[in-house]
Amino acid sequence: MRRTLSIWVENRSGELSRIVGLFAARGYNIESLTVADTPQRNISLVTVVTTGTDHAIEQIVKRVDKQVCVLKALDVTDLRHAEREIAVVSVKLNVGPALREVLQLVARNRLKLVDVSQDTLTLEATGDCAAINEIIALLSSLGIRDIVRSGVVAVADLPPRAAGQEALHPAMNLGSAVPGFSDSASKAEL
Amino acid sequence: MEANLNSSATTVQEDYAAHTPRDVVRGARILCEALLHEGVDTIFGYPGGAVLPIYDELAKMRGHLRHILARHEQGAVHMAEGYAKATGKVGVVLVTSGPGATNAVTGIANAYMDSTPLVVFTGQVPRKLIGSDAFQEIDTVGITMPCTKYNYLARNACDLAEIVKEAFYIAGTGRPGPVLVDIPKDVANEKAPFIYPERVRLPGYRPSVLADPGQVQRAMAKIGTAKRPILYVGGGVIHSGGTDELVELAERLGLPVTPTLMGLGCFPSGHPLSLGMLGMHGSYWANMAISESDLIIAIGARFDDRVTGAVDKFARQAEIIQVDIDPSSIGKNVRAHIALVGDAKSVMRQMLEALPEEACRDSSVRLAAWWDQIEAWKVHAPLTYENSDQVIKPQFLCQELYRLTQGNAIIATDVGQHQMWLAQYYGFKGPRQSITSGGLGTMGFGFPAALGAQVAFPNRQVIAFVGDGGFQMTAQELATAVQYKTNIKIVVMNNNYLGMVRQWQELFYDHAYSAVAMEWLPNFVKLAEAYGAVGLRATRPEELQGVLERGLSTPGVVVMDIVVALEENVYPMIPPGAGLKEMVLR
Repeated sequence: MRRTLSIWVENRSGELSRIVGLFAARGYNIESLTVADTPQRNISLVTVVTTGTDHAIEQIVKRVDKQVCVLKALDVTDLRHAEREIAVVSVKLNVGPALREVLQLVARNRLKLVDVSQDTLTLEATGDCAAINEIIALLSSLGIRDIVRSGVVAVADLPPRAAGQEALHPAMNLGSAVPGFSDSASKAEL
Repeated sequence: MEANLNSSATTVQEDYAAHTPRDVVRGARILCEALLHEGVDTIFGYPGGAVLPIYDELAKMRGHLRHILARHEQGAVHMAEGYAKATGKVGVVLVTSGPGATNAVTGIANAYMDSTPLVVFTGQVPRKLIGSDAFQEIDTVGITMPCTKYNYLARNACDLAEIVKEAFYIAGTGRPGPVLVDIPKDVANEKAPFIYPERVRLPGYRPSVLADPGQVQRAMAKIGTAKRPILYVGGGVIHSGGTDELVELAERLGLPVTPTLMGLGCFPSGHPLSLGMLGMHGSYWANMAISESDLIIAIGARFDDRVTGAVDKFARQAEIIQVDIDPSSIGKNVRAHIALVGDAKSVMRQMLEALPEEACRDSSVRLAAWWDQIEAWKVHAPLTYENSDQVIKPQFLCQELYRLTQGNAIIATDVGQHQMWLAQYYGFKGPRQSITSGGLGTMGFGFPAALGAQVAFPNRQVIAFVGDGGFQMTAQELATAVQYKTNIKIVVMNNNYLGMVRQWQELFYDHAYSAVAMEWLPNFVKLAEAYGAVGLRATRPEELQGVLERGLSTPGVVVMDIVVALEENVYPMIPPGAGLKEMVLR
C-alpha cells in the first residue's frame, strides 16, 4: 500500500543518505522524496512516498525514528493530511480544440502557464497525486514532450498530544509539538 | 587494577587542565584529551599514514593512554569489543584510512549486531583530497553507515571535542553500539582551542529509561495470573547490569528462565529456575516450555530467527510482554502484546515495585503443574552425548573446561559447533563471562575478543575457545598476545572441519561435503612456539585433563590444540524452517 512519511531531521551532512539507505537496505522503493528546510533552524523535513505492507512500513518508520538525528518519523497516510505535488509539463503547441481545453484549465486556475515558445507550451499543475495524474491524462491528447514532477510534500493535521494541548505544526515548535518527540514513551507505542 | 588506571587518568586530566586551559592545540591533541575526559585508558589500533599526527600525539601520552598494537585492524576491533563486553565500558579503536578502515568493518558490523559500545576512530585523507581517489582514500562514513549506530566525518578541529563527547554518549547509552569518527589528516593537524563540552545536544536522541507505568501495571496483571509463564532473557539484561533484578523477579514469582546465546550468564546457569539456552541448539525443555507457554516475558531479547525457528509456528498460545530499550526491536519478528520500552534493569525495577504480593504468594501453587510439565520434558530429553574412550568428544572438552575453571572463566568464542557446545555445556555463572559473536556470526572473533578481555582483566582466567577454522582467521594476534605479556589461553577445538557447515552438508545436503575439510592445517603447537607462546596438544581422552590443567596453569600465552571427534554433530537441533517443537534430538 502507498504510504506517505514525514520525517523531521537535524540538518547535518549525510542524514538524508542515512535515511534513504534504510529503505535501500530493505529493498523498498522510494516513489518520491522531497527535502526542504523548515522554519525551525537546522531542521529539515523529508517527505517520502513508498509502498509496503503495514508491518514493513511500521518497521521502517521505527527504524527511521530511532536514527540519532531524526526528531520524529511519522506515517501520515491515515492521519488527516494534505498532499501536494507540482508537475511541469511541456506540450506541443497545436492550435485546435485541445488547446482550447488547456486554456480553459488555465482560466480555471487548474493549470498555470509557465512559458510559451515557438512550438511548445510549458504548463504547471499543482495538486495531490490523483489531480496531477488526471491533468496529465487530459494533456496527453496535445502530445506531451516532457513531464517533470517535484515529488510529494505533505502537511498533517496532527492530533493533539494530550487533552488541553493545542496541536501546533511540528515545524513551528519542536520539542513540544512533535508528537511523541518530547515524550519518549509514546515514541515507542505499538 | 581498574582503580589504578582510573586514578592515573584523573591525574592526567588535571595535568592537562593546568597546562592547556583553552589553549590552541592541534586536533590530534584535542582527540587525546577528549579521550582522557571520557575515562579511556586503553586503545586498540594500528597506525598508518592518515593517522600519523594522532600516533605522534599518542606517543607523548605514553603512560596515560595505553595503545595495544594489533596485527590486523579486524583484530583490533574484536579486541575492543572483548574489552567492552568484559568491562561494560566503551571500547576504543584507532585505525588508518582506506584499508585500515575497510579491515575494521567486519569488527564494526559484529559490534553493531551484538550491540557492543565502541568508538572507532579512522584516519581519512586530507580534506582537500577527499573525493579525488587519493592514496588510501575510501568513503568510510558511507561504507559504515549501515553498520554503525552513528558516524561522523570531522570537518574541523574545533568540532572534534564535541564529536568525541557525542560519540561516547551515543555508543554507551540506549541500545549500545559502535560509533565511528572519521578524521582527515589535516584536521588532526589543524589547531583549535580545546574546550570539552559539558553535555551533548542531541534533540533526536533520547533513549527511554523507564517504561510507561500504565504498561507496567498491565504487564504485572498478566504475569500475576499466567499459568505457564516464562522469562526469555537476552543481552539487554547484561548491557543494563540487570542480573540482580532478573534473579529477584524470577525468584519472587518462581518463573522459569531461558537465556539467549547473548544472554548467557545474565541469569546463573546453575540456578534451579534456569532452563538453559533456547533456540536452534537450545535445550529441549527450554524450547518446549516457550512453545507451550501462555505468557512470554521477553527482556532485552530480540526474537532472533535462531531463537524462534519458523515464526508462524512460534509459541502460538502465548501472549508476549516485551521489554526492550529499542522501540524498533519491539514487534519486529513476533507480535508483542504489551510493550515496555526502557532500560532492562530499570524496567525490571519498575516491575518489582508493581509486583502484587498475592501474585508471589500463590505462584508456587499456580505454577506447580507448569513446573511438573517442564520437569517431564527435562526427563524426556536431557542434554546428553555419548562419550568415548577412543576420541575426545567436544562436549566432554567443554565439560572438562567447566570443571577445571569451576565456571569462573571469561570465555570468548567464534561461531559454529564449538560455540554451541560451549553454550550447552559450560554453565556461565555470571554476566560478562561469555563473549561470543552472536548476531553477525564472525569466525576469527573469539581469540582477539578474549585478548581484549584479558587486557582489561590481566589477573582473571580468560580463555579463547575457538575452532581450527576460526583460529586461522585471526591467529596472527598471537604476536599481540605475547608482546603484551598476557596470560591468555587458547583452546583450539580441532576437528579438522568447518564443523557446522559440515554438519549442515551432512544433514541437509545428503552428506556431500564441499570445501569443509581443512585438508591442510598448520601444526598449532609449532605455530604457538613460532610466536613465542607455549603449545600443547591432546589427541586422546586420557590426555585431555593433563593438557588442560598444564595449559591453564602455565603462565603466559598457551595454545592448546585439542584434537576432537571429527564428525560429531551438535544436538538437539531445530532444522531450518521448522518450529521449536520439531526438534531433532539426535
